Amino acid sequence: MSKNDLTRRGVLKTGAVAGAGLAVPTIFTAGSARAFTNEPTGSNVVLGFNVPQTGPYADEGMDELRAQELAVQHLNGEGDGGCLATFSSKALDGTGILGKKVTFVTGDTQTKSDAARAAAKSMIEKDGAIMINGGSSSGVAVAVQGLCQEAGIIFMAGLTHSNDTTGKDRKKNGFRHFFNAYMSAAALAPVLEKAYGTDRRAYHLTADYTWGWTQQESIAASTEAMGWETVENVLTPLAATDFSSYIAPVLNSGADVLVLNHYGGNMVNSLTQAVQFGLRDKQVNGKNFEIVVPLYSELMAAGAGANVAGVYGSMNYNWQLDNEGSKAFVKSFGEKYGRPPSNSAQTCYAQVLLYADAVARAGSFDPCAVAEALEGFQFDGLGNGPTLYRAEDHQCFKDVLVMKGKEAPANEFDLLEIVDVTPVAQVEYPADHPMFGGAEATLGECNPGA
Amino acid sequence: MLGLNKHDAMLFVIVLILTLLAPFLLNPFPQGSSLAQFNAGYPDLMQRFVIYGIFAIGFNILFGLTGYLSFGHAAFLGMGSYAAVWIFKLLTYNVVPAILLSVIVAGLFALVIGYISLRRSGIYFSILTLAFAQMSFALAYSVLSNPKFNLTNGETGLQVYSNDPQWLHRASLPDMPHLFGLSVRSTYTLRMNGWTFDFNSGYYICAAIMILMFYLSIRIFRSPFGMMLRAIKSNQQRLNYTGLNSRPYTLAAFVISGMYAGLAGGLLAAMDPLAGAERMQWTASGEVVLMTILGGAGTLIGPVLGAGFIKYFENIFSKINDNVLHQWFAFLPDGMEDLMVTIVHPFIGKGWNLTLGLLFMIVVIFLPGGLVEGGQRVGRVFRRRDRKASGAEAEAARQRRTPAE
Repeated sequence: MSKNDLTRRGVLKTGAVAGAGLAVPTIFTAGSARAFTNEPTGSNVVLGFNVPQTGPYADEGMDELRAQELAVQHLNGEGDGGCLATFSSKALDGTGILGKKVTFVTGDTQTKSDAARAAAKSMIEKDGAIMINGGSSSGVAVAVQGLCQEAGIIFMAGLTHSNDTTGKDRKKNGFRHFFNAYMSAAALAPVLEKAYGTDRRAYHLTADYTWGWTQQESIAASTEAMGWETVENVLTPLAATDFSSYIAPVLNSGADVLVLNHYGGNMVNSLTQAVQFGLRDKQVNGKNFEIVVPLYSELMAAGAGANVAGVYGSMNYNWQLDNEGSKAFVKSFGEKYGRPPSNSAQTCYAQVLLYADAVARAGSFDPCAVAEALEGFQFDGLGNGPTLYRAEDHQCFKDVLVMKGKEAPANEFDLLEIVDVTPVAQVEYPADHPMFGGAEATLGECNPGA
Repeated sequence: MLGLNKHDAMLFVIVLILTLLAPFLLNPFPQGSSLAQFNAGYPDLMQRFVIYGIFAIGFNILFGLTGYLSFGHAAFLGMGSYAAVWIFKLLTYNVVPAILLSVIVAGLFALVIGYISLRRSGIYFSILTLAFAQMSFALAYSVLSNPKFNLTNGETGLQVYSNDPQWLHRASLPDMPHLFGLSVRSTYTLRMNGWTFDFNSGYYICAAIMILMFYLSIRIFRSPFGMMLRAIKSNQQRLNYTGLNSRPYTLAAFVISGMYAGLAGGLLAAMDPLAGAERMQWTASGEVVLMTILGGAGTLIGPVLGAGFIKYFENIFSKINDNVLHQWFAFLPDGMEDLMVTIVHPFIGKGWNLTLGLLFMIVVIFLPGGLVEGGQRVGRVFRRRDRKASGAEAEAARQRRTPAE
């Protein structure tokens, strides 16, 4: 039985409170009069490093953070300068960016789209970050890229391998240095053909989410083009840790190659279990049974240990690469942290330098000017050899590495060897390729925010 | 006032003042000072405070009143978000229809899930709700996001693309969720020698809704319906033996709290038009349980405090890194500075979960009634009537000070 004590005074009071409450939002409609979001006004400029510090990719995140810290040091003229000496563009001189000292803030993506966006928003809204860099998952990259587009700041993607990042989800304010699933497939196919022949039957185990599907689609297309047959594609839940029930049927399927479209912990478990099942010692159709892992990383290889021996995969970069930029980067990373950099570290390092360089060349922190400076930019000396930032989709084009697990590794960082450096011409594709959103995919308009 | 008794009206006014003045209260340190790290008065976090406050208030109606511990409430939050983003994609960026639909969708799902789960009570009920939530998560994460039928866009999260239909969208409206043309991102920044205060329209939309929902929850707590829910918590068997069918009441409470969760989900999407499947994961369901217990289950304001507490740790402590620590301890000699940084290091940055866990343990062990109990104890120490009491009054005051078993 609710009390009904309506009095004239009570009604008036309630009305006044409600009215004030409703009026509040409309008072604050005036935006600030700045030209673009977070324009640096003092003697510092703030970069935001958004990496997974907890969750399944925390190791990769830590390595990214190491590289980003190193890049900031080099930009501010501390340490040995790293790749600034080998970088083909000479706009950076070790005095920060446009004379402003570089500082940074960090956030934890937790490898969840939601948390990553919250962390990025806090860096943009609270700390005034002008650029966001990092991340170790395509879902996160796409989500944060969308946020940066809306907020009007530049997003320099970290490790993200799905075609969608610069495919159907490409954005004018977002840039990717890392390679993608299509490039992995295009680089791997010829090597697989040479090693295993054209008459093979492939069985795919695929992580059941966006990256897994684009990876599987790309590999199936490239291998079928050279004559392989795709026997079956089985989707495995991302949270799975026991793959034995998925691996057992492989032997009876008549397949003689197992393709593991897995990453991180998934790949460590599925590869280890496949090897323990003795798949690699089997003979099927008169041929040795083989396993392929399209996307390798040092940290995964370390997790799978000796099981990676003889297994092919691809990488964006490896510290063993022998060019000036790579040597300078590995030296300076090794001196500071006592270990070689992983490929996710290298992509973040390169992205930070590329952003700083674009600002310096554009002479402004305005995201539209920076985007223009990055589009169609050709450079060398950051470790990957000659590279092009394609204007149409903001994807970097460079050579792709095909890797193989070493039979007798010398130490824990020496588990993989470079089998082939696939030239960039072989992994190129048109910007309106159907796997990349087709003709519908557009970058949209540049957004300077505020 | 408003049909509330004096005590509740006071609580309501306190919440009203706290939410309206939040931009001032949460930014106590001047910009650029070393303590500015602890400022929480930026739009995104303030929005999260009130949105998760709504979520926890709703959860408390079920858990605090009936004692039914649902481990799957995040599912309704996620469904609300997906519903809202679909409205943004198909109809309009106006937040009103999006929020309405998110409440309705969450309510319908709550009706179905509640109807089945409430056949059991206790641990079996918790496990059933957990199962439904994990099922929804798996559906959203992969099953319903395959290229042929893409309802949720899987791992990436559902977002609005420029080529989505948006039938009711006009060019004059902001390209961003808005309330009749007022963009949720528009912020007025007040600068006062060193201090900055952000007044964000999205925050005030959420705050207005939270105040409304808080009022609704007070009325539910004080209504005969609320009394019936409490009766279920104290002894459901006895209630059944008196000839009352308790199930419609529990179901109603379940649906109401599901709708609260849906509302929170809709608001999350309205503030940031993206719906990720992780929102439905069991960790997210566990988080709201923690919020409610940390703040004080069964109390009116507890869940809001708990929500603020957890979100503060997640967003502020996770961002403190070693560089910041070195700045703090820079006044110490070098060796001491490094030592202090090493000691504090595990508790900040990626260690925010650890700090939160420790605090949670302290609260649960020493303040079983949550933060609200802490507040009450402090209040009692200073209560003038108690300090000046004599005779029997003093004995009563002493008993009030020692916690009830």
